[in-house]
Amino acid sequence: MLKKRIIPCLDIKDGRTVKGINFVGLRDAGDPVQLARQYAQQGADELCFLDITATVEKRETLIPLVKDIAAVLNIPFTVGGGINDVRLAKEIIKAGADKVAVNSAAVKRPELINELAQELGNQCVVVAVDTKRLEKSASNPPQMQKTKKETESGYQNTVFVGGGRYETDKETIAWCKECETRGAGEILLTSMDHDGTKNGFALEITERIADQLSIPVIASGGGGNTVHFVDLFSKTQASAGLAASIFHFGELPVPQLKRELEATGIAVRLIASS
Amino acid sequence: MIAIVKYNAGNIGSVTNALNRLGVENKVTDVPAELREADKVIFPGVGEASTAMSYLRERGLDLVIQSLTQPVLGICLGMQLMCQHSEEGDADCLGIFDTKVKRFPQNKGLKVPHMGWNVIHGSTPMKNSVLMNHLDGSEDVYYVHSYYAQPSADAVAICDYILEFASVMHKDNFYATQFHPEKSAKVGEQMLKNFLEL
Repeated sequence: MLKKRIIPCLDIKDGRTVKGINFVGLRDAGDPVQLARQYAQQGADELCFLDITATVEKRETLIPLVKDIAAVLNIPFTVGGGINDVRLAKEIIKAGADKVAVNSAAVKRPELINELAQELGNQCVVVAVDTKRLEKSASNPPQMQKTKKETESGYQNTVFVGGGRYETDKETIAWCKECETRGAGEILLTSMDHDGTKNGFALEITERIADQLSIPVIASGGGGNTVHFVDLFSKTQASAGLAASIFHFGELPVPQLKRELEATGIAVRLIASS
Repeated sequence: MIAIVKYNAGNIGSVTNALNRLGVENKVTDVPAELREADKVIFPGVGEASTAMSYLRERGLDLVIQSLTQPVLGICLGMQLMCQHSEEGDADCLGIFDTKVKRFPQNKGLKVPHMGWNVIHGSTPMKNSVLMNHLDGSEDVYYVHSYYAQPSADAVAICDYILEFASVMHKDNFYATQFHPEKSAKVGEQMLKNFLEL
């Protein structure tokens, strides 16, 4: 049986992890390469690196870092954050990443997804979608055809870009479908209403998207304890769950999460302790 | 020296990295003499079957690979290209393994591509192969593929996703895995070691 994936996400700036990551047994927890190796040894199924370096020429720090990570890591990893052209995406893949994630640039110019899929293959292209539930009002007229359910409930799932700062005119489910049609290999769905709350994943929107798409959906935002991951995998068809701080700060170590998921009957990859 | 076949497919660097981690000397090459003289050859790849086959034929690498006598390991697309034919771009392939490559049918609830960690082998007894030394087939490995090889006499291990497909194959000096041992943590490293120790 295909296993549900657990994906720790690391924020990177100028080649270093951003927040003071408190990882037991690491002398330099700011070193993404050491951290990556540690997560792989713990049984993480995949890693996601999000580069938040503000400079335009981020490739100067990012490309060498991707090479260093690829040299030590024996599991797949995705690199995202400000990727806005095919050239940079190709460099990242060539440096050893398995997938690239695009977000704002794909909303701005959706053809980017087609180009990436054509150049790199669908399996290398992750589209990250940041979604937020907005109340509908007269000043916020529906710009796209809504499903019956949304019309009745008076809200609309809306795509945000720029790290969640800017509202777009895209309805989330329609945008995810468009991403799939254009050649995305996976959707990384982050609910901004849930992100950082540790109150659980956005189950409803995750399930609606996972049910309507044939590509895998990675759910992100809100995972705070094992029960949240149990809910995610038992109530939605999400293929993977992504989280950051609960793993980094040792609140919920990956081996513990996986053992507890296994105990509730959710298929996960367990590794022999060594 | 381990030679890694250089062609227009992605993911070749991952194999180089994996061999480097195991401390094994390796070289990425498309020079026929270097491929023939290598102790072992790895034929990796992520990409599209018909364009990959065209590339190999233009350079005569199809004939080189078919005629190799040392151990050869095909990975993912490499494995599929070692079969007779692939539905992907209606490509005639190398014909080393007596089977065909088809696309997964759409199946409600099961995503295509088959992406992520799944077992090497399902429930039926697995054939013996040195590639599976120290492994029993129940281990999880990393797959990414939308096409699959139909199980045939050359199949060592068979995985079930939507339908049964060959996950490990072996015929004479040719070995192959549908999954990516170079991305499959310790289990993948064990398989690569098994191949390197042949």
